[in-house]
Amino acid sequence: MAQIFAYIAHKNGVVEDSAAELAVAAKKIDAAAQPTAIVTGSGSTLDSACQGAAKLYAQVWKLDNAALAYPNGEVVRKALAKIVPAGSIVLIPHDTFGMDMAPGLSIKLDAAYAADIVGLDGLSGATLKAVRQEFAGMAHTHVTIDTAKGAVLTLRPGSFQPDGSSASGSVTDKSGDAGDLGAKRRFLQVVEAETGDVDITKADVLVSVGRGIEDAENISIAQELAEAMGAVVSCSRPIVDAKWLEKSRQVGTSGKTVKPKVYMAMGISGSFQHLGGLKGSPFIVAVNKNPKAPIFQVADVGIVENILEFMPALTEKIGG
Amino acid sequence: MEILVCVKRVPDTAENEITIKGDGTDIQRDDLVYSVNEWDNYATEEAIQIRDKVGGAVTVVTVGDSEAEEILRRQMAMGADKGILLADDAFEGSDGRGIASILKAEILKGKYDLILTGAQADDGAAQVGGMLAAMLDWPYASLVNKIEIDGKKLKIGREIEGGNQEMNEIELPCVLSIQTGINEPRYVGIRGIRKVASVEIPSHGAGDLGIAAGSVGAAAARVKRADYFTPVMGKGAEMLEGSMEEKIDKLIELLKAKGGLK
Ligand SMILES: Cc1cc2nc3c(=O)[nH]c(=O)nc-3n(C[C@H](O)[C@H](O)[C@H](O)COP(=O)(O)OP(=O)(O)OC[C@H]3O[C@@H](n4cnc5c(N)ncnc54)[C@H](O)[C@@H]3O)c2cc1C
Ligand SMILES: Nc1ncnc2c1ncn2[C@@H]1O[C@H](COP(=O)(O)O)[C@@H](O)[C@H]1O
Repeated sequence: MAQIFAYIAHKNGVVEDSAAELAVAAKKIDAAAQPTAIVTGSGSTLDSACQGAAKLYAQVWKLDNAALAYPNGEVVRKALAKIVPAGSIVLIPHDTFGMDMAPGLSIKLDAAYAADIVGLDGLSGATLKAVRQEFAGMAHTHVTIDTAKGAVLTLRPGSFQPDGSSASGSVTDKSGDAGDLGAKRRFLQVVEAETGDVDITKADVLVSVGRGIEDAENISIAQELAEAMGAVVSCSRPIVDAKWLEKSRQVGTSGKTVKPKVYMAMGISGSFQHLGGLKGSPFIVAVNKNPKAPIFQVADVGIVENILEFMPALTEKIGG
Repeated sequence: MEILVCVKRVPDTAENEITIKGDGTDIQRDDLVYSVNEWDNYATEEAIQIRDKVGGAVTVVTVGDSEAEEILRRQMAMGADKGILLADDAFEGSDGRGIASILKAEILKGKYDLILTGAQADDGAAQVGGMLAAMLDWPYASLVNKIEIDGKKLKIGREIEGGNQEMNEIELPCVLSIQTGINEPRYVGIRGIRKVASVEIPSHGAGDLGIAAGSVGAAAARVKRADYFTPVMGKGAEMLEGSMEEKIDKLIELLKAKGGLK
């Protein structure tokens, strides 16, 4: 069986939730697997991240290098391509770092690549069967991955529930094997997102609009409903891309994480990047004209209507 | 600056309900509205803006069948200077690696300084740009939402979690995948499309590109779609039925119970 590796994402010395999720995914691939965690970074935060990883993995490989202090996708890829043996299966979270680093790693390792996996069956011979989504979650697929020459797989955050199992792993220092880490892309700095005029993370009730709102002028329909409900208006990404609302109102992985009591998803399809910003199990109301919209799979209450008619009617009934 | 933008023709998910064929081999494609992948449209706009600032030319390229030509024309109507279609029966069924190898072969025939792709396309893989860069041994950055030109280098912003922006310096030539929101893609009217309707679009096949048969396409694919299926979901939403009035009354009741209405 191929050796399985998990790339551990960590921040300020603490491993991210994905560390436990990848351990579960490794077991799904091969119940007998003894996956190895790879933790890259520099200095004391790296050491504490390795300690965190050792609570989940029996083996931890540590890669300490000043060039790895910030996870620059190009530099990490170079290091991993050096230390991961040919034929291995490498698991990586499908986040903005994984999307950056993993496709190129698969080329450098001459391994198969499958991205954004949401489900896994066990290996059968060299063939791995996985579940993916296409068309923004509107269609599910099984894919077969030929792992004969190894595979790099990115896994959707939140798709593999940690099973609470623990380890007391040992840390091996592999820093000497990373080779030359010079790269033609240099990390400069992180610019924090601007804070806007409202803080949607504090609202108990959000009226959230998506591309179904169709036009900048229709935003006022949502504002009127929000006013009548004593709620705040938030939105999905395309609304911000179109500059109809400020970035600070965007819910999702590249926007804000919100924890309202009630979330009104109006004309939002329910992509995983959008839902990734919804925490604390709010009561979700979805209004969408497409009865097959993926949002109805996660909402508590669903209504198939045109939001441009439904929202004004609701506002009027509430007495806005 | 010579810029190549990789574009893909995809079913427009904002316009279509995607339904799976009975036998699970494909989605129903008969009445689908196709358009250029949303992310690629931002990439094309960015390329045009860079060219207008520093000079050079923008080429749009796609791996697809003859129908894919329509999106090349659309991007040329936006302002791209040239279109190239990469079409061959041997390309059919390629996985991401296959598509990237075909694009690489075309790129090596030209002299490009900058390759732009979209961050992801219809199957959400977000893979082709990163693979292509690794094959070319050029530096890569994904999810780019800002580009500043600084001689032989670029200063770029990558969108990371929480909407924060990771600033990087990257050397040319390089490959960048573009995130939506980086610009406001210009509108293309029927008139613009008519203007480029008769422009010749060269089509290159495996032979022209020196790609060995069997090194791309379904036979070479290590990742294959086995089927489409409808997953067994949890309970899903409670769907409110009846007239709009009735739905609103029920919803107001529920909202009151859940603290959504005082
Ligand atoms: C790295 C990355 C990060 C991302 N981060 C985020 C993020 O933070 N937040 C985010 O939201 N997205 C994010 N996205 C984008 C995400 O993938 C989706 O493209 C986006 O969430 C779709 O927004 P939407 O649901 O509003 O639009 P669509 O998917 O186009 O859905 C619109 C919905 O409205 C319905 N509709 C249309 N008209 C009407 C009407 N009149 N009445 C009722 N319903 C109607 C349609 O049936 C459809 O279901 C990210 C993408 C990437 C690649
Ligand atoms: N068939 C194709 N032809 C040209 N470019 C493509 C093709 N498929 C994908 N791409 C490029 O790669 C990007 C990412 O797509 P993907 O990796 O398929 O999610 C797209 O936005 C395009 O820029």
